[in-house]
Amino acid sequence: MSSSMISYLEQPIDVQARLARLKARNIILSVEDLSKSFASSKDEIIALESLSFSTHQREFLCVIGPSGCGKSTLARILAGLEPASGGVVRLDGRPVQGPGRERGMVFQGYTLFPWLSVRRNVMFGLRMANISKAEAQRQADEWLALVGLEKFADAYPHQLSGGMKQRVAIIRALVNRPRVLLMDEPFSALDAQTRQRMQAYLLEIWRKVDITIIFITHDLDEAVFLADRILVLDAHPGRLREMIEVPLPRPRDAAQLASPAFIATKARLETLIHGTATNGEDEPYPTVPLLTNVSDEVE
Amino acid sequence: MLNALEIAGTKPVLSETGDAVPGQWFRVRAPLSRRLRILLAVFSFLLPLAVWSAVSYVPFIWHPDMLISNPGDVDYLMPGMRVKKATFALEIANAKANHAAPPQGIPCNPVYLPAPGEVLKAFYTSFTTPPRDQNGLWLHQSLWQSIQTIFWGFVISSLIGVPLGILCGSHSGVAKLVEPFIEFFRYLPAPAFGTLAVAVLGIYAGPKIAIIVIGTLFQQILIIANTTRKADFALVEAALTLGTRNLRLLTSVIIPSVLPDLYRDQRILLGWAWTYLIVAELIGATSGISLFITQQSRYQHYANVYAAIAMIGILGLGTDLVLAALGRKLFPWDKAAA
Repeated sequence: MSSSMISYLEQPIDVQARLARLKARNIILSVEDLSKSFASSKDEIIALESLSFSTHQREFLCVIGPSGCGKSTLARILAGLEPASGGVVRLDGRPVQGPGRERGMVFQGYTLFPWLSVRRNVMFGLRMANISKAEAQRQADEWLALVGLEKFADAYPHQLSGGMKQRVAIIRALVNRPRVLLMDEPFSALDAQTRQRMQAYLLEIWRKVDITIIFITHDLDEAVFLADRILVLDAHPGRLREMIEVPLPRPRDAAQLASPAFIATKARLETLIHGTATNGEDEPYPTVPLLTNVSDEVE
Repeated sequence: MLNALEIAGTKPVLSETGDAVPGQWFRVRAPLSRRLRILLAVFSFLLPLAVWSAVSYVPFIWHPDMLISNPGDVDYLMPGMRVKKATFALEIANAKANHAAPPQGIPCNPVYLPAPGEVLKAFYTSFTTPPRDQNGLWLHQSLWQSIQTIFWGFVISSLIGVPLGILCGSHSGVAKLVEPFIEFFRYLPAPAFGTLAVAVLGIYAGPKIAIIVIGTLFQQILIIANTTRKADFALVEAALTLGTRNLRLLTSVIIPSVLPDLYRDQRILLGWAWTYLIVAELIGATSGISLFITQQSRYQHYANVYAAIAMIGILGLGTDLVLAALGRKLFPWDKAAA
């Protein structure tokens, strides 16, 4: 790395102050010595090994790592959809077991209930908590207005675009007032343009709501653009590689994608992740032999 | 060397407008226009009808018998009787040898294959002709009896089969407790329980309904269970993170998510129930449409028999079409039904 290049470790004063304030806030969710292994026919596959970290109130934490590093498994354990093999997950200091409405989750595949209208999808969690229909509807409409979908309240999910579906999925989780919102590669099914708009929009929502977000992604740009801190995982087994503090000021905007700090952070992530891919993808692909007589058209 | 690749790259195999591509005469699941779809559906009925008409009205295709119009001097022949062509030829030869009057007749089909026109007429006359027997039934009465048998058989089967199937499909413990025995029992043919059903339930509606239940229920439990198992688990997980617990997962997520598929299953199962109807009605005191068919064949009124059989088909298909239309109304969000 040349000396003229800005390091990802160099934080501007305002970012430094922001991160200091962030770390002074309450710890919402903490993971202590978490491990997860799957029994296969031959041996055990260790997905996660002695993983520890914690997130503070209103933090935006991204989890990134090479494919097969167990980042989705981590999200599912935090949500309570899968049991851990060892270690503890604490929410506000109390160990959690099984899924609960205080840990909302947004999935890659939208998972909206196709038989319910958009409004009823948003009302779902409230109704499960036995909140009256009228009150649930009032809150649902409020949230729908927040994300500009009030016109689609009576539409069915299959009538919405991918970005709209994911907005509904986000507020369906948020309407429950969870302590933490888990997002498992929520935008990876969207096209590039919609994904960028949704990233900006998610930050917009996050600024308005008191919510801690743990965001799983494999997209380096996405992680740097969104996160306060980025948790980088190793693969096989999934271990904490590094916790990166993103040296970008907030509010974020698309112009920052070209800033030296952004590029430096992304470069660091690249070294960390692509230096450690071990699931067969690290082997070089074979050279493709020339199969055409026409050689002057393609360079 | 890579000709095929180059061609595939430059010319689309299927053009976007849906027009036929030269050389591409077999297109897998190519969409049809609405007009063509209706036309083909009409033809699927007209084709068998055309074959039947040809066999019935064109003499040289089949017509193995002679319909006697004048018996001549042959003692045992009577006008309206059908005899084999060989027999007829023999009698003509005999009459000629004995210098007696030969019988006269026209080629015809056997009595068991009436022409479409006769069956069509029977559709009308079988409703207007009073029953021959004193305790016989009109056709519409027979049909109504059959519909009731089917209805109660299917309702009773569904009242047990649908909830049990849903439970099996959503709870591994219930499935393991119930399904192995059902897997065994469903191989026992329902009619085999006929005499048993009569002994327990008498000779009237009871045993007939029981046979339909036995024939439908065990398949129903397994089919409903399998459909329930196909419920999207991601939706269940989403519901879990939204605070859904225990039986509400069943009532608020699993059942609504598979409801259109369960509805389709029920339509198919209702069709199966119809196939058990005739066997069921022959058990104990023969009843319903089976009684009508049995009586009409005894009098060799085969046109009426065909009309009655066709009536079952029309009722079955009609019910299914109505239920399909109702399904589209009930589940507007279901893309598979649209």
